Amino acid sequence: MITRMLAGGVLAGFAAGLFAALLHFAFVQKLILLGEQYETGALVHFETSDTQAPAASSHGESETGHAEGDAAPDGESPFKRNALTVLFAALTYTSFGILIVAGFALAEHFGRTVTAREGMLWGLAGFAVFQLAPAMGLPPGLPGTVSPDIGVRQVWWFGTVLATATGIACLAYGRSLVPAVLGGALLAAPHVIGAPQLDQFYGVAPPEVAAAFSANVLGVGFIAWAVLGWLAGRLWSSSAT
Amino acid sequence: MNTTHQSAAKTSTGLLSILFVALVGVTVLFVAGHAQSATLHDAAHDMRHATGFPCH
Repeated sequence: MITRMLAGGVLAGFAAGLFAALLHFAFVQKLILLGEQYETGALVHFETSDTQAPAASSHGESETGHAEGDAAPDGESPFKRNALTVLFAALTYTSFGILIVAGFALAEHFGRTVTAREGMLWGLAGFAVFQLAPAMGLPPGLPGTVSPDIGVRQVWWFGTVLATATGIACLAYGRSLVPAVLGGALLAAPHVIGAPQLDQFYGVAPPEVAAAFSANVLGVGFIAWAVLGWLAGRLWSSSAT
Repeated sequence: MNTTHQSAAKTSTGLLSILFVALVGVTVLFVAGHAQSATLHDAAHDMRHATGFPCH
């Protein structure tokens, strides 16, 4: 059972990760590079009296937040940088693949059957859990924009993932009013509590680029997760004994 | 009676296996997307931004 879960999850995740990397280079990477040009000062969005704001400094720390991108791999060859992006896309989606297949196994344990079609629905739910719901509080951050302290963001991120996953499971598999209400409450809870926010904004990248970045990240994630779920469901159902 | 015992053992093994695999998934997710070691962070930088993970 463990072999079946891991083999299916790793295979589907790795393949979906390579596809996600392809979409990343088609839609997202150019926006990251553009954001970094503003971050490093190669491009300037506005000449104002605030241009020496913390985000433009080399260390990037401030009392209220943390400038993005200060640890961007400067001086690395584009090939190495992009190869690492492909590798980590494969690794990230492999982890998603393993988790989604663990979910299939749990569903099967309770008497549900998962096929490629259900798998795709699971994939879209996974997108909502791991990307869409967290993005509503913490939008994907373009280099050159600012965000609150990493520790509190990670706590909120993991809490949101857990609450959203449980909430969607309650809504999808609950059979009475109680799980439906509980599911709705769990979906809402992270956003009622609220994601960590900055007191003021001092990002140096244009909001237009940051908005395009966020939208493209979510679009790529939506498609990659649909592929992941379909593939994982297909492998899972074909490996059923 | 024997059958009941076997069935219960099988059920709990199934849930333990699922829990184990889920933990493997969470571990890989943490290493790829959330661990703050400088080397890992730099290597995963673009992908972390592009997945919407909190990054530095």
